[in-house]
Amino acid sequence: MSVSVDIEKRLGSFHLKVKLEAQEETLALLGASGCGKSMTLKCIAGIERPDRGRIVVDGTSVFDSEKGINVSPQQRRVGVVFQNYALFPHMTVRQNIWAGAWRENSKEKRMALVEEAMERFGLTDQARHYPHQLSGGQQQRVALARVLVSAPKLLLLDEPFSALDSQLRFRLEQEVRHVIRQFGKSVLLVSHDRDEVFRLADSIAVMDRGRVEVQGKKQAVFENPQTKAGAIMTGCKNISRLVRGRAGRVYAADWGVELKINDDNRAGYLGIRMHDIVPGNGENAFLFRVMEEVENPFSFVVMLRPEGKEDGVLIGWEVDKETWENMRADTVQVSFPRKSILLLEH
Amino acid sequence: MDWFPLVNSLRIAGISTIIIFFTGIFAAYYIAKAPKMVKGILDVLLTLPLVLPPTVVGYLLLRVLGPKRLVGAWFLDVFGLKLTMTWWSAIFATVVVIFPLMYRTARGAFESFDETLAYSAQSLGLSNTYIFWRIRMPCCRQGILAGTVLAFARALGEFGATSMIAGYTPGKTATIATTVYQLWRTNNDELAFQWVLCNMAISFAVLLALNLLEKRTSARKPVRGN
Repeated sequence: MSVSVDIEKRLGSFHLKVKLEAQEETLALLGASGCGKSMTLKCIAGIERPDRGRIVVDGTSVFDSEKGINVSPQQRRVGVVFQNYALFPHMTVRQNIWAGAWRENSKEKRMALVEEAMERFGLTDQARHYPHQLSGGQQQRVALARVLVSAPKLLLLDEPFSALDSQLRFRLEQEVRHVIRQFGKSVLLVSHDRDEVFRLADSIAVMDRGRVEVQGKKQAVFENPQTKAGAIMTGCKNISRLVRGRAGRVYAADWGVELKINDDNRAGYLGIRMHDIVPGNGENAFLFRVMEEVENPFSFVVMLRPEGKEDGVLIGWEVDKETWENMRADTVQVSFPRKSILLLEH
Repeated sequence: MDWFPLVNSLRIAGISTIIIFFTGIFAAYYIAKAPKMVKGILDVLLTLPLVLPPTVVGYLLLRVLGPKRLVGAWFLDVFGLKLTMTWWSAIFATVVVIFPLMYRTARGAFESFDETLAYSAQSLGLSNTYIFWRIRMPCCRQGILAGTVLAFARALGEFGATSMIAGYTPGKTATIATTVYQLWRTNNDELAFQWVLCNMAISFAVLLALNLLEKRTSARKPVRGN
């Protein structure tokens, strides 16, 4: 069970050009809104038609522009859970799941399948309820139950938690993780939340402006996001243009500091995560003025500007509460360890 | 009292409503999905009868269906059938006049339908026929019902175009509306008033039914999850 996508589609000035591959794993499409990740899902599901390319689901070509193949969404066996869950509003929970189980010919078996799914998702008591009578979490469970009884070969989850408040989110994430594990086939998860993606996915594809910029195992992508968009999407808040001077000197132009790094001569940007900055005078240490401090529940973010500079982008430094409360001052010495500096292409 | 005008009015309105129910929904469904340009032009053309004076509609129909005109002459030639001055001639008039009511309300309903419901049904493997009749139509039920009832009520009251294309022949083409006019013209005030009451009662009942239906469906009206 796998999926492989290599498609192109033009929509006005927007150009989608996506190449993706996933085995029996969860692949997350991580990107800002408007980067083309939902469009990619729609193309895989058969709702949108790409201009060119191939889509192979579980060894079967469902789209191939050269061979003139374009399998209807009904025949693709690609299950989709939409952002708003798309439950049929005029059907009860049982009827919604029943509609998904239509492939089962025998009425008894179909009934058993539906009852089993409702039990598994804890919906038995809500069987006769209409979608608008359910909580957000219950709606999500109905959507998952409905899609699973249709026996898809590939599961697409489009921002599955965006309609929920944050308390519920974490709990439902556990449920979805469980569902994914039991499903055991390829799952594509669209999200713009790096934490959610890190917890749920095995691999990550970072998308920006219609393209997949980086794809790899999640740890590798977070350690080395490779591109500016990759760094932003994996949560790196400090990014600066990189300017090369003579004799291997490298300036972080937006910050106004000169850094010692392992330059690869391709990067146009560099970045450092807020929590990778360390206090004291180690490697790449400078004196900074504290311009502002922002209190988080469990940490401070201290906004820094190099001592003696009047302009430039502020650098955010995330520091735990105790450390900051012990060292709070108007100017601080912090260092940017070489191994924590991300070299980024545009 | 001769009840023919009532029967005739009801059958004309009933048949016309059945016709525009299907054609109106069909037109609304495809035009809702059409490109903007096409949509704009068709929209104007199909809505025109709603604002034109019924006599203009009647005139235009006679120019096409009259026994010496293109379509009318052809039917007379081939089938020996006169399309005007029969009871069912009025159906042409009412269909044209009430079509916009059905078309516009159905189109509004289709346009507010959440397409992700259809996408989601497709990806579950449900057929397009199932999706149309079991998902799209029930979700748009309220708008479609309202359009149907309004169209029926309007069809009962059609006068101008009907009297031009079907005329007034007692016991043959007379409808309630044309009967009231005829009775008033011939100073039969009492009988005219009875027909007026009859017409008002029917229209009142139809509109009341519409209101009740709307209340019942809005009690179960879906509230979206987010």
